[in-house]
Amino acid sequence: MELYEQTIHDLQGQLQARQVSSVEITTSFLNRIASTDPSINAFITVTKEQALADAAAADQRIATGDCAPLTGIPVALKDIFLTEGVRTTCASKMLDTFIAPYDATAWARMKSQGAVLLGKLNQDEFAMGSSCENSAFGPTRNPWNKEHIPGGSSGGSAAAIAAQQAVATLGTDTGGSIRQPASHCGCVGLKPTYGRVSRYGVIAYASSLDQVGPMTRDVTDAALLLEAIAGHDPKDSTSVDCPVPDYRAALKQGVKGLKIGLPKEYFIDGLDPDVQKAMDQAIAVYRQLGAEFVEVSLPHTNYAVATYYLIATAEASSNLARYEGVRFGHRAKESSGLIDLMMQSRSEGFGAEVKRRIMLGTYALSSGYYDAYYIKAQKVRTLIQRDFIDAFKSVDLLLTPVAPTPAFKIGEKTADPLQMYLSDIFTIPVNLAGICGISVPAGESYNGLPIGLQLLGRPFGEETILRAAFDFEQATDWHTKKATL
Amino acid sequence: MLQRQNFYRRFCKESTMSINQHEIEHVAKLARLSLRDDEKQLFTGQMEAILAYVETLNELNTDDISPTSHAVPMENAFRPDCVTLSIGHDRALANAPDKNETYFRVPPVIE
Repeated sequence: MELYEQTIHDLQGQLQARQVSSVEITTSFLNRIASTDPSINAFITVTKEQALADAAAADQRIATGDCAPLTGIPVALKDIFLTEGVRTTCASKMLDTFIAPYDATAWARMKSQGAVLLGKLNQDEFAMGSSCENSAFGPTRNPWNKEHIPGGSSGGSAAAIAAQQAVATLGTDTGGSIRQPASHCGCVGLKPTYGRVSRYGVIAYASSLDQVGPMTRDVTDAALLLEAIAGHDPKDSTSVDCPVPDYRAALKQGVKGLKIGLPKEYFIDGLDPDVQKAMDQAIAVYRQLGAEFVEVSLPHTNYAVATYYLIATAEASSNLARYEGVRFGHRAKESSGLIDLMMQSRSEGFGAEVKRRIMLGTYALSSGYYDAYYIKAQKVRTLIQRDFIDAFKSVDLLLTPVAPTPAFKIGEKTADPLQMYLSDIFTIPVNLAGICGISVPAGESYNGLPIGLQLLGRPFGEETILRAAFDFEQATDWHTKKATL
Repeated sequence: MLQRQNFYRRFCKESTMSINQHEIEHVAKLARLSLRDDEKQLFTGQMEAILAYVETLNELNTDDISPTSHAVPMENAFRPDCVTLSIGHDRALANAPDKNETYFRVPPVIE
């Protein structure tokens, strides 16, 4: 097996035993990126020299006997994470030449363990999209079938795992942006509870919904990476001061005896038959493993997308006011004064979807519409959150599809934003409620595209969904399947 | 494909809300965006469809429901009021499109 095909926990064992060096592993990935990325476009920036220097430093650290779980492991980050001294674009022309002045906390924690940064990954511009087509640097292609989207917005983070260009990556999830691309690319994607991981140094989209999470080849790596990045950060006032458990130890507890809820609103007519089949098979696997199933109801599910597109766009319109062409970012060459400079700079720097969402959010917050749209959506958010609280009174976790269909084709939904938004129907409620969720490989479509299974847990219930995900993974071989490039 | 269309049809409603190009121009001004004519036209139609869709929220009676602004109930997060190191002029200005010594430079604001 090539070095680039392996997991963090495989490689860590070999590094500790000095069977391989971080420079060798890193070189293997850099070569893989060079040979595969021209057809995938998962990377916006490859940090080759820095990666090799950091790998050499990691090898020295290991030689002294100091080896943390991520020491010498080559990873890549969605280009929404600030990385000191490295270009950070958020896939926008607005930040084309922006060099981050400091590190995001999640990355700083990985770096302090000696993780090696291979580069920065493609995404939908400012994380606004479900397909990775809204990038100023061109779309990322799904490694399983290059005619298809990899999902979004963390499309590059998922495609890089599927194309074996990085051992693990970080993504962000505001309405499904980790779980949906993980499902479409056949990798593991974990959206932690809101407040579990610091958002400091993560370029803001919708601050009450954004959350950082790991994307990996298997569940063990997801547990390991979450443990590295989770925990309170005084620099993020919304990060929660709650102890970080030993997630890897939790994996061994198994799923036997757990009660799993099946929300009836998620299993409806018209669900793609391949997705339905994968869910049926997964339920059968869990029954064999000793889990118990009950039907539950999340009655406000159908209102989640509308709620999300009011709250997220309202927050985005406010967050993105910072791009004015004065302090950093794109500045228009021609303008007739300060206000015009701001208007021209923003109009040139932002892509169509970003403008559309800023417009929608500005409208929802504007005088006369604030109560009808924004406050109304916040009230419905309360109802959606209550649905989950009620469901978790009788079950330990929920099992649902991640997306109603496997990855659609590039260009299929770009003309109709509403259709694109509706593809996130099963992931969006989770962000509104602030709970945690994980996507695990659980099947494939008739034409060989991966299908993920979503497990949802209570706030700070990551241990429960991880142990259920791990048991499923051990009982099936979906996670061992690899895209042929 | 047909199955997919059926899946999404349940969410689609006839438009009752409309937004005109004049309102689009007003919102663009508030958002400090200068839209081209083709963008104005495109956004008018698309926002009309999206706003018609979000009207579905009015099916729910929320009179006695309090709004949720954050999923995690939280008190204010205070820190001690003491002086710490800041980012400094050089790093703060490193990405400025235009600067003059320790200042950001902008076009004249007052004639």
